[in-house]
Amino acid sequence: MTIAELSPRVGSGEVSPVEIVTGCLERITARRDLNAFVSVQADRALEDARAATAEIAAGRYRGPLHGIPVSIKDLIDVAGVPTTAGSAVPPLHPEADAPVVRRLREAGAILIGKTNLHEFAFGTTSDETAFGAVHHPLDYARSAGGSSGGAAVALVEGMCLASIGTDTGGSIRIPSAACGIVGLKPTFGELPVVGIVPLSTTCDHVGPMTLSVEDARILFDALRASAVKKPAEAGPFTFGVPTGYLLERLDPEIREALTTVRSQLSRAGHAVTDVAIPNAQSTPDIYLHIVLPEASHYHAATLESDPSGYSPGIRLRLEMGRYLLAEDYVRAMQLRARLAAAVDAALRQCDALLLPSLPVVAPILGATTVDLDGNPEPVRAATLRLTQMFNLTGHPAIAVPAGRNRASLPIGMQLVGERNRTDRLLAIAAGVERQITVGFGSVGGGAG
Amino acid sequence: MTIHDWLRNAIEDARRRGLPALEPLLQGLARSTAALRDTERSMDADEGKLRSREPGESRDANGQ
Repeated sequence: MTIAELSPRVGSGEVSPVEIVTGCLERITARRDLNAFVSVQADRALEDARAATAEIAAGRYRGPLHGIPVSIKDLIDVAGVPTTAGSAVPPLHPEADAPVVRRLREAGAILIGKTNLHEFAFGTTSDETAFGAVHHPLDYARSAGGSSGGAAVALVEGMCLASIGTDTGGSIRIPSAACGIVGLKPTFGELPVVGIVPLSTTCDHVGPMTLSVEDARILFDALRASAVKKPAEAGPFTFGVPTGYLLERLDPEIREALTTVRSQLSRAGHAVTDVAIPNAQSTPDIYLHIVLPEASHYHAATLESDPSGYSPGIRLRLEMGRYLLAEDYVRAMQLRARLAAAVDAALRQCDALLLPSLPVVAPILGATTVDLDGNPEPVRAATLRLTQMFNLTGHPAIAVPAGRNRASLPIGMQLVGERNRTDRLLAIAAGVERQITVGFGSVGGGAG
Repeated sequence: MTIHDWLRNAIEDARRRGLPALEPLLQGLARSTAALRDTERSMDADEGKLRSREPGESRDANGQ
């Protein structure tokens, strides 16, 4: 059940936060094998649920998140709870909540626990982690995506009603697509990343993962501490499908799904057109030369003093970043600005870009390559291919479920909007959500 | 610094620091750096061509 569906029943007193939290805690216990959580704050959550129940009964209902359990990626500070970042490196011990956490509490949300992730958010499969690989809820042998893999699993399995993730190259959208949920990466800088362990300070974003676009809007309202102005326009919209690099290598079933979605949108009265993004193929090189040194900068002291806590692969990637030349970092930053201008130009031809969130379905845990149109491609490169561009350019992007493949694994589509117009992107996504999921449906049972 | 010189120095340093496993990653990074520099040259060249056409374009007295 979505937050939008459940919250009126909470507000009316028909359903109590204690019931909801108890149900979530039971599901967490029942599926510990999925490794969705690093830590569960059960006692505090129940205490907060009892307080919320009393507050609502006394007529002090705060709004749609009041009494709703939310999970927090364990990269984000929660006062009094260690921030592990999924690593065996000694954790941080924050005394204060990150601003996004504080805003959720102010909206009445109940923090149920901290979710597992790819170590330091430096990967897309959530299997390099000190807390056990995160398993896909539909296929135990597969990855749930990453780096916010535990956040996606927690939501799909009904362990919470929303999750907060972070996204530096696709870490909200990739697990959302892999698990069949909605994941929003807002415009760069729109939500504060203070109190969040950085991966790349110029690419890091924080955002919600939810069961519907409407729920994403509810969370986004709370996270930015102001209501989203709902644009009056309801379409029809023009969608631009990028030509060239972004879509040249797709799993055949993902390509088929994109064709189906194009038809569904056209039949619903929207326009769908091809758009070019010049030099899009340079995205991975630009990304690498920015994210590597920025990540290495944060970790440099620990790499020198005690690197033993890092997983071997993470340590090597962080060390690699220390060798990059400053001139190539500046070169990448300048090329990044040109790429952002190219995306801006593409968005002048349409209301939103439309493309898959992932070129493949959830990869097998431990696989080093995936097959794309008959060619093996490294898992990390393949899974970042369709999302990382918008971390570089800062455009808001949202992953929405778009059915399943023949093996019943979820497929996600991605919509990308104008910078600083996340509110409009949410309105567009809400307008098409049902049109591109007809006949498919989401994965999980949800809570409540 | 050329990419060749950079790669040689980086691999030597990684070995000295007891990180020989970095070598293939640095080789991959060198390929990516070469591609990055090629992209910059290519985009500069494209924009240079555009600039070379500017005098022939219709402009007002202020070049606007």
